[in-house]
Amino acid sequence: MSESLETALRARRGSGGKCLVPYITGGLGDDWIEMVRAAAAAGADAIEIGVPFSDPVMDGPTIQLANDRALAAGVTPQSVLDTLRGADIGVPTAVMTYVNLAFHNGYRRFASNLAEAGVSGCILPDMPLEEIGPWAAAADAAGVETVLLAAPTAPDERLPRICERSHGFVYGVGLVGITGVRSELAHSAKVMAARLKAITDKPVLVGVGVGSPAQAVEVSEVSDGVVIGSVIVQRMLDGGGPEGVGDLVSEFRTALDSR
Amino acid sequence: MTMTDPGPEGRFGEFGGTFVPETLVPACRELDGAFRDAWADPGFRAELNRLLTDYAGRPSPVTECFNLSQELGVRVLLKREDLNHTGSHKINNVLGQALLAKRMGKTRLVAETGAGQHGVATATAAALFGMDCIVYMGEVDIVRQELNVFRMKLLGTEVRTARSGSRTLKDAVNEAMRYWVSVVDTTHYCLGSAMGPHPYPWMVREFHRVIGDEAREQCRKLLGGGVPDVVVACVGGGSNAIGIFSGFVDTDAELVGVEPAGGAAVTRAVPGIVHGSKSYLLQDEWGQVLEAESISAGLDYPGVGPEHSHLASIGRARYIPVTDAEVVEAFQLLTRTEGIIPALESAHAIAWVSRARDELAGKTVLVNLSGRGDKDVTQMMDILT
Repeated sequence: MSESLETALRARRGSGGKCLVPYITGGLGDDWIEMVRAAAAAGADAIEIGVPFSDPVMDGPTIQLANDRALAAGVTPQSVLDTLRGADIGVPTAVMTYVNLAFHNGYRRFASNLAEAGVSGCILPDMPLEEIGPWAAAADAAGVETVLLAAPTAPDERLPRICERSHGFVYGVGLVGITGVRSELAHSAKVMAARLKAITDKPVLVGVGVGSPAQAVEVSEVSDGVVIGSVIVQRMLDGGGPEGVGDLVSEFRTALDSR
Repeated sequence: MTMTDPGPEGRFGEFGGTFVPETLVPACRELDGAFRDAWADPGFRAELNRLLTDYAGRPSPVTECFNLSQELGVRVLLKREDLNHTGSHKINNVLGQALLAKRMGKTRLVAETGAGQHGVATATAAALFGMDCIVYMGEVDIVRQELNVFRMKLLGTEVRTARSGSRTLKDAVNEAMRYWVSVVDTTHYCLGSAMGPHPYPWMVREFHRVIGDEAREQCRKLLGGGVPDVVVACVGGGSNAIGIFSGFVDTDAELVGVEPAGGAAVTRAVPGIVHGSKSYLLQDEWGQVLEAESISAGLDYPGVGPEHSHLASIGRARYIPVTDAEVVEAFQLLTRTEGIIPALESAHAIAWVSRARDELAGKTVLVNLSGRGDKDVTQMMDILT
């Protein structure tokens, strides 16, 4: 049984540190699992594994391109999970994908496939609170932590319900928009973190629009840490390999540790 | 049965829902509230009716096709949505949504388009209401429908190219949704079919209900109080079909939706979730959405509106695929016999009537002629010469 996301993230927070969760597109390059290991070795507290989907509506150009390349190379949800199974990464993983891959597989089967591959959590960005019921029941039964997103557009009354239903951590969306690196941290990022921190004891991580160590440090003044996606995936697309990904994660780790 | 309010959850039986990124949930709920409020407001209805009459040219007539009827041995009536301003049924929905957007204080519209009919209609409404407008269109469709692209530009709309995936309607929807996620405060997403997250499938149906309501009354007069034996319409996302079906769903008329063979989501009947709702969806063994392939850009979509999936699953409507070759023939058939050039989308409905002429012998069939074919003439010229 894999370690839970929430245990790992609470441990980092408990030791006075900030949580760092990089996102890696599953199947992007033959050595993608080596990049996952490199990210873990470089100080990631957990890794998000993107399972490529044909229509990623929450993702910007970088992750779209990564998705397209992986799909063109024949990557499937099964091939990603097969690689993860027994990969001994050393930190917990969470799969991030879109609801149709889970729905088509069958929620119960998909959840048990994740658990059986040693995946601790799951993030489905096109499955909001209103629709979560059937999936959440399956995920809970399989022991998979369902991480929910909270967006800057949410009215106050909505956030406690999201925090209540979210497991592993609460994923604060840093801006009104899709994934991708921006030149500056949006004002909404720290506001989002503060709104969530005020109402939950669960770890609050901010992602979407957090693309540099400086931005990670800035938002972590309020949040418990960050999720970094497009900046990592861009490094993968540029052929950075395990070493390049590891170096990049190290930069974020060092910046967060030397606040 | 009747077509009812799908409730705040937007359910049509097991289909529908609001499967959108969290960022968009408040906007969908706001839209649900605003539409409920507007639709119950006689002032809003009067203003929309005025626009539909004085601007769009409603009511559209029902034309009896004497020549075609004789040729097929089937009594064929056409509901002439091709005669609306901008050339298709799309204007009904767009005027409704633009009026609603204005009422909600939104200053900009974003839309997706396949054949360009919905894009042109949205650009038209934006010009009329003085709103900014952005339309996403797949790169492939931009080539197929260059006249409509130019039309939109003339109307003051910015046309953006969707270059991802299959570069057709599906990808234009993705891009429009991504854009909407980032500008949701100021911008209304003017979705062009009876699909997407709640409240769109319901709202778009209600805005197109006028097709069915008019046709019911027109048929009543024409048929001595009766209804047609069969009501038929083409189905991509399914907006023109749901509009005309809504006028006959509580009668004995058989309802038939005609899908392109390369995009026959309902015929294949595998449920999936994409673009905001659960419905039948073309997908591979893993749940990756497949690319539809159709001669008609407006039907080149792998999904279908959730209420069609519901109507199919309960057996109230049936859905039948026709091939591109049958469509090309039907396009010429209607043009030659009646002097009416149909949109390639609408020609799908004619194609089924032509194919099923033996089964339909002696019956009265009402076809929703959803759009006119001017936009397709260049493409047909390439195919036929």
